[in-house]
Amino acid sequence: MTDTTAKNKTGALILRSLLNGWSWLFLIGILVFFEAYARIQTGDTFLLRLYSIQSIAIAASQILLLALGLTLVIVAGHIDLSIGFTTGLSAVVMALIIRLIGADAGWFAVIGGIAVGLFAAMVVGLVNGWLVAILNVPSFIGTLGTYGIARGMALIVAGGATVSIRSEEARSIGNGDILGVPVPVLIAGLLALACHYVLQHTKFGVHTYALGANRASVERAGVDVKRHLIQLFVISALTAGVGGLIYTGRFSAGAANAGEPILLYAVAAVFIGGASLTGGQGTVIGTVIGAFIIAVIQFGLVFSGLPPYWQFVAVGLVIIVAVLVDQSRDRLLQGAGP
Amino acid sequence: MSALLEARGLKKRFGGNEAVSNVSFVVNAGECVVLAGDNGAGKSTVIKMISGVYTPTEGEVHFDGRLITGRSAEAVRSAGIETIYQDLALADNLDPGLNLYLGRERTRRILGLPFLDRKAMRRDAVDVLKSLGIVVPDPTLPVRDLSGGQRQSIAIARAIHWQAKLVIMDEPTAALGVPEQREVMALIGRLKSQGVGIILISHNLPDIFAAADRIIVLARGVVAGERRPSETNDEEIVRMMMGATL
Ligand SMILES: Nc1ncnc2c1ncn2[C@@H]1O[C@H](COP(=O)(O)OP(=O)(O)O)[C@@H](O)[C@H]1O
Ligand SMILES: [Mg+2]
Repeated sequence: MTDTTAKNKTGALILRSLLNGWSWLFLIGILVFFEAYARIQTGDTFLLRLYSIQSIAIAASQILLLALGLTLVIVAGHIDLSIGFTTGLSAVVMALIIRLIGADAGWFAVIGGIAVGLFAAMVVGLVNGWLVAILNVPSFIGTLGTYGIARGMALIVAGGATVSIRSEEARSIGNGDILGVPVPVLIAGLLALACHYVLQHTKFGVHTYALGANRASVERAGVDVKRHLIQLFVISALTAGVGGLIYTGRFSAGAANAGEPILLYAVAAVFIGGASLTGGQGTVIGTVIGAFIIAVIQFGLVFSGLPPYWQFVAVGLVIIVAVLVDQSRDRLLQGAGP
Repeated sequence: MSALLEARGLKKRFGGNEAVSNVSFVVNAGECVVLAGDNGAGKSTVIKMISGVYTPTEGEVHFDGRLITGRSAEAVRSAGIETIYQDLALADNLDPGLNLYLGRERTRRILGLPFLDRKAMRRDAVDVLKSLGIVVPDPTLPVRDLSGGQRQSIAIARAIHWQAKLVIMDEPTAALGVPEQREVMALIGRLKSQGVGIILISHNLPDIFAAADRIIVLARGVVAGERRPSETNDEEIVRMMMGATL
């Protein structure tokens, strides 16, 4: 091997790692920024206190619950916009069922609420899957439709109001902690682990990547693509549904718009994490980093006393950076060789 | 000796349009049969009736002594007929190992949970490719980073690895440069020497004469003639492709 090709190879390797690892660097960068800002302004630490870490982790887990299933859908080359209101629907349904059974029934009522709430979410997922896989409706349009339907249904069953409950058990799901780890964070963490396993280590995951790259490749390999798509949309609806259940626990109330403010952040987290609109790319670990980047920006601005509206600007800028990195990947790496 | 594959009186109608009429031919083990013909002659339609993508309107396909007409593409594939389409149907974002095993991935259990065995699949891919005389510089990279000829060889490796008895190739050299076309033609030779039957679709005369044991010319959906390369020449094949019968 000549000297120049060796140099080219290391160059390409560094470039590749930078392009793939920029979100890690970015996360570290904003943590350093807020830490420095806090020390200069207040002489106090930003990150090294339990409250900060818990708040960031909870904010990230809210985003994650919508973003986890969505990651799988986006890797397959589709999108699921309905999750914002799938979250709301499952939140409202859980609260209603607890009311119906009576909070006195304790865990019985809560588990009933969880089961029916998840069932409602699953129905939305099945409808999405049916639209996209069987009727060949583009997922952007199809799930925009179910976004409206889930929203309407959530408002209708809730009677247009917030459904409050008084259940200690539900509260403990939303606000409790195990060894200092908030329960919502624990649940999001376990689901992230499960989704990572599915996407990286199972046949289902490989087929999801292949589907995103080239539908013919999996079809020819004998995979039932329609069934696979339906399963993906059900997974997406279920993780969003879990987000709704935790919302109801956290606030002792189910609200139809529980997931609405998080929807765009969830989509952003997936793309910041390295997914591509054309499909075939993206990882659960990337999405976790993306969710943490957004959570740090949100909490950091509040903590620093900066106007919180900057979070919209900051997250918007990060999304654009993510897209630019994705677009330049092929061009830059082509020049550098494999 | 009975033929490896026998197509009898294949006909395919799309709506009112008869794309293929009364096409019959045989392929023996270790033999390369070229289906030649102009664009729209019905070549792709014929092979799709064999590979199970289309059900023939009329006619029968026998393979290895069994009637396989009407079987699904998956069933035909597991019977031993591997089809390599023009677009290759590779998943560009996956490495050669995963492409080799797509749909039949190897897993191993860790603590009772199945995990993909990426390393083993990669190793097998490197081995099969080596047996075809192809070295992939870095088998951990996705196949999108490979050359056209290497990508073609992965599709062919899939056929060999799964021990296909008949390989169907739809214009495999159409998108390749000249050196890579030669590589693919050499691969066809190696497949034949292993006793694999081949149906090669082509309208490139040098390829046709280099690869064929027999040439079957299709024109407007019917067989315009069948020749051995030694008994014919470029001119006659072209004339038949243009539709002058026999
Ligand atoms: N799925 C289809 N639906 C309708 N017509 C088709 C279809 N596939 C092929 N045809 C028609 O059948 C004829 C033969 O096509 P094809 O088998 O693709 O030819 P070739 O592969 O020789 O170029 C053409 O006239 C084409 O328009
Ligand atoms: Mg064709």
